Amino acid sequence: MEILIAIAVMALGALTLGAALGYAAIRFKVEGDLITGKVEAILPQTQCGQCGFAGCKPYAEAIVRGEAEINLCPPGGDEGAKKLADLLGREFKPVSGGGDGEAVKPRLTAIIREAECIGCTLCIQACPVDAIVGAARQMHTVIETLCTGCELCVKPCPVECIDMVSVPETLATWKYAYPIIPIKSAERAHDVPNNVGAMNDTQSSHRKVA
Amino acid sequence: MSYFFLLIGAVFVNNVVLVKILGLCPFMGVSKKLSTAYGMGAATTFVLTLATGASFVIDHYLLIPAGLEYLRTLSFIVTIAAIVQLTEMAIAKTSPLLQQVLGIYLPLITTNCAVLGVPLINISHGYGFVESLIFGAGSALGFSLVLALFAGIRERVEAADVPLPFKGVAIAMITAGLMSLAFMGFAGLDR
Amino acid sequence: MLQKLFKFKGGIKPAHHKAESQGAPIAIAPLPGRLVIPLSQSAGEAAQPVVAVGDRVLKGQFIGRAEGWLSSAVHASTSGTVVAVEPRLMPHPSGLATLSVVIEPDGEDRWLPLQAPDYKNMSPKAVLQYLQDAGVVGMGGAGFPSHAKMQNSTVLEDLVINGAECEPYITCDDRLMRERAGEIVAGSRVIRDLLQVKRVLIGIEDNKPEAIAAMREAVEAMGETTFSVVVVPTLYPAGGIKQLIRVLTGKEIPVDKRSTDLGIQCFNVATALSVWRALNLGEPVVNRIVTLTGNVEQAGNWEVLIGTPMNELLALARPKADTDGIIMGGPMMGISVPAFDVPVIKASNCLIARSPALFPPPPPEMPCIRCGACARVCPQELQPFELYWWSRARQFDKAQAYNLASCIECGCCAYVCPANIPLVQYFRFSKGEIRAAAKEQKMADSAKARFEFKQFRAEREKAEKAEKLARAAAAQAAKLAAERDTPPGGESDTAVYAADAKQAVIAAAVERARLQRAETDSRDA
Repeated sequence: MEILIAIAVMALGALTLGAALGYAAIRFKVEGDLITGKVEAILPQTQCGQCGFAGCKPYAEAIVRGEAEINLCPPGGDEGAKKLADLLGREFKPVSGGGDGEAVKPRLTAIIREAECIGCTLCIQACPVDAIVGAARQMHTVIETLCTGCELCVKPCPVECIDMVSVPETLATWKYAYPIIPIKSAERAHDVPNNVGAMNDTQSSHRKVA
Repeated sequence: MSYFFLLIGAVFVNNVVLVKILGLCPFMGVSKKLSTAYGMGAATTFVLTLATGASFVIDHYLLIPAGLEYLRTLSFIVTIAAIVQLTEMAIAKTSPLLQQVLGIYLPLITTNCAVLGVPLINISHGYGFVESLIFGAGSALGFSLVLALFAGIRERVEAADVPLPFKGVAIAMITAGLMSLAFMGFAGLDR
Repeated sequence: MLQKLFKFKGGIKPAHHKAESQGAPIAIAPLPGRLVIPLSQSAGEAAQPVVAVGDRVLKGQFIGRAEGWLSSAVHASTSGTVVAVEPRLMPHPSGLATLSVVIEPDGEDRWLPLQAPDYKNMSPKAVLQYLQDAGVVGMGGAGFPSHAKMQNSTVLEDLVINGAECEPYITCDDRLMRERAGEIVAGSRVIRDLLQVKRVLIGIEDNKPEAIAAMREAVEAMGETTFSVVVVPTLYPAGGIKQLIRVLTGKEIPVDKRSTDLGIQCFNVATALSVWRALNLGEPVVNRIVTLTGNVEQAGNWEVLIGTPMNELLALARPKADTDGIIMGGPMMGISVPAFDVPVIKASNCLIARSPALFPPPPPEMPCIRCGACARVCPQELQPFELYWWSRARQFDKAQAYNLASCIECGCCAYVCPANIPLVQYFRFSKGEIRAAAKEQKMADSAKARFEFKQFRAEREKAEKAEKLARAAAAQAAKLAAERDTPPGGESDTAVYAADAKQAVIAAAVERARLQRAETDSRDA
C-alpha cells in the first residue's frame, strides 16, 4: 500500500512539473539567435575563408552552433581567439600554426603588376570585398585602403601578376612599443649604452638630478 | 529581528561557499569574469530561493503527511531540476550570450550541492516557511556575493605576474582559501 | 583687475632649470648648410610636395600643399635650390623617415614678395583658409593646425592665451613675451575677433615676472579692456590646456567633451604671434624660437629656420663633450630624437643636450607597491597605478574603463614613482594599441559592408539570370510549339562556339603574358 502512495506522489509531482515545463517551453521559445552577430563582430571580416568556411558569417554561425573551434582564424590571430574565448567562456587556444602569441602576421595588401595584367576580371570576381577595380580587357588595380589581404585573388590570376606585399609602417600607423622591462641589475644597467627605445622615458631620470 | 539575524548569518557567518564549503563547482568554474559571475549569481539566487520554498511545501504537505520522508532527496532533486530547466529557458530567451557563457554550469545548478544542501539544512534545523525562504535567499545572496568578490579578484590576478607553477587554477585555489579564512572572521557576529 | 584663481588637483614642482637660458635675448641663428623640411609637421594629414628636385625656391615659398582640412601647408624657410624630395628622419619617437624637402640655401635668404592680406574685409572662412596656407600650427609642442581650432561651431566666451610654459628648461615663450609682447597681444586680438569671444585670459606662471610685466604693458598700450594678464602659481603642468583652463576659469572639461563645448578655446603665445605675422605681414611660418639648453656652455634662445639640422643649431650653444643625445621639448614630455642631425620642426620649442650626468639612464623598474603617489600628483585625477596594472597586462578595455583616454601624458606619475616605473610609456603603448584596434575595427566593418553588398549583388544577378532564362525557355517552347518542323539545336551550337572562343582568347593572353615576363626576366638578367 505504502509503495503505491509513494508512486502516486512521485507521479503527481512529475506530472505537475512536466506541465509547468511544457508551458515554459512554449512561453520562452527562442526565435533566431542573437550571439552570432557578436561573434561575427570580433572576426576581422577579411572573408578569406582560411577557417574553412565561406566567409566570416558562416564561421561565426559554426562557432555558435559549437561545430567549429575558435582558433581557426589566422587574420584575427591569437588576439581574436582570446576575445572569442572571453565572449563565449570557452578555453583559449592559440591560432593553429601561429607559433607563439607574439608572432602576429603582418598586414598584407595585394598589388597587381599592372603591365602584366591582361584584364581577365577573374580577380575582381574573386575579391570578396570589391577592392579591385577594372573592366574586361582593361588593366585592373587594387584599392589598397580597402584590401583586407585575404589572398583570394592570387590563385585565380591566370598570368600570376598579383603579389602580396606587407603594408609599410608610417607615422600614422606607428605606435609605441611595450616598455622593455629591464631584468639586469642596477649596476649593469648603467653600463648599457642608451638606445632610442629606452630613452623616451626622461621623466624618471630627470627626477634623479632635480 | 531574528529574521534579520538569520539573513545576516546566512550571508556572512555561515556562508554557503566559504564556510560550509558547498557549491564549489560553479564557484571555481564561472568566476573568471565579473559579468558572468553576476549572471550565475542571479540564476543561482533565483533557483535557490524558489527551491527552498518549493521543497518546504513538498516536504510539509506531501512527504510528511504520507510518511515518505525517505523520498526527500529524490523529490527535491526532481523539483530543483525542473526549476533549473525553467531558469535556463528564461535565460536563453532573455540573454542568449549569458546562456552561452554559463554553458554547462547552468544545467549543473541541478546538481549544485548548495542548492540541494540548503533545503536539507532547513529541514534539519526545523525552520518554518518564512524562515526557510529567508535562509534560502540569504544563502543565495552569500553565494552571489562570494562569487562576485572571487571573480573580481581573479580578474585582477589574471593581470598579475603569477609564478608559473601557480598560474591558473592553483592561484585561484589559494585565493579561495584565503577568502575562506577571511570569512571565518565573521564567526560570532550574530551573537 | 583682480582675477579669482582656481586650483587643479595634483601637480609637481620639479627644479626649473630656466635660469640657464632665461637671461640672454633672442639671437638669430645663422643660415645652416642645408635645410631638411619634413612635410608632416602638424597633426593630421601630411602635406603634399609641390616642388621638384632642382627647383629654385624663395624664402616663404609654398613647398607642401595641405591635404584636407586637418592638415597644414609647409614653406621653404630660406631661398635656395631643392636638392632632394625624399624620406628623411624627423624628430619623432618612431624614428621613421618621412617625406621631406631638402633645400640647399643660396645664402641670400631672399623673401618671396610678401603681401599682407586684407583680413579685416575677408570672410572668416577665407581667413582660416589663409592661415592654413600660411602653415600656422600650434607652436607649443603639439602642432595642431590652428585654423582647425578657429572654426566657430559653438558660441565661445573665453579665449585662453597660454604663456604658462610650465616645463622645466624651456624659456622660449618667456623670452618671446618679454621681447615681442606687442605682437602677441595683437595676434590674440585677431584671434579674439575671429572667434568672437568676450574675454581674453593670458595665463603666465609667476616665475616669469619680466614676461608678466611686458605683457601687461602691451595690453595697456593697446588699450584693450577685454584682455587680462593672469598670474598663475608655478606648478607643473599648469600649462596643460585642461589645467590652465581649470586654473583660470574654474571649469573642468568632462571626459567626452572638448574645451570649446564649454565655450573656451586655447592658443599658445607663439601661435598668437604666428597668426599676427601671417595676417599682418603675409609671412608664413618659416622660423620659430628654440631654447638651447641642458649640457651646454652657453644656453639661450635662438630664432631658428624650420628645417635647421639640430646638431648645427646645438653647436651655437657649445655643447659639452659628454653630450650623448638631444631631447626635443622639455624633460617631462619631450622625446629623445632618433639622430643628431634631425631637423627643427614647427613643434620644436626646446632642445636639451643630454648627458649621462644630467639624464642618467632610468633605474631598473621595480614592482608597483600601490603606494598611490602617482594618484596624488595626477593633474587629471586618474589612478595611474590602475592604468599601469591593466596596460601592463594588455587588458586595454579595463584600462579604458579607468579613463586612460583622459591621460595627458604629462609624466607627473612617472616623476614621483618610487618604483621607477615608466608609467607614461605604458600609457602611450596602451593608447596606441587602442587606437590601432579602433582603426582595424572600422576597416573590418567597412569590409563586412562591402562583402555583404557583393553577396547581395550576386544574389540579385542570379535571380535576374534565372528570370531571363525562364523567359527565354518559355519563348523557345512557344517557338517550338509554333514551328514543329524546324530542326532544333542552332542556339546551343552558338553557345558552345562562344565558350570555345573565350577559352582561346584567355589562352592567347596567358601566352602573351608569359612571353612578356620571359622578356623582362632576360632583360633583368
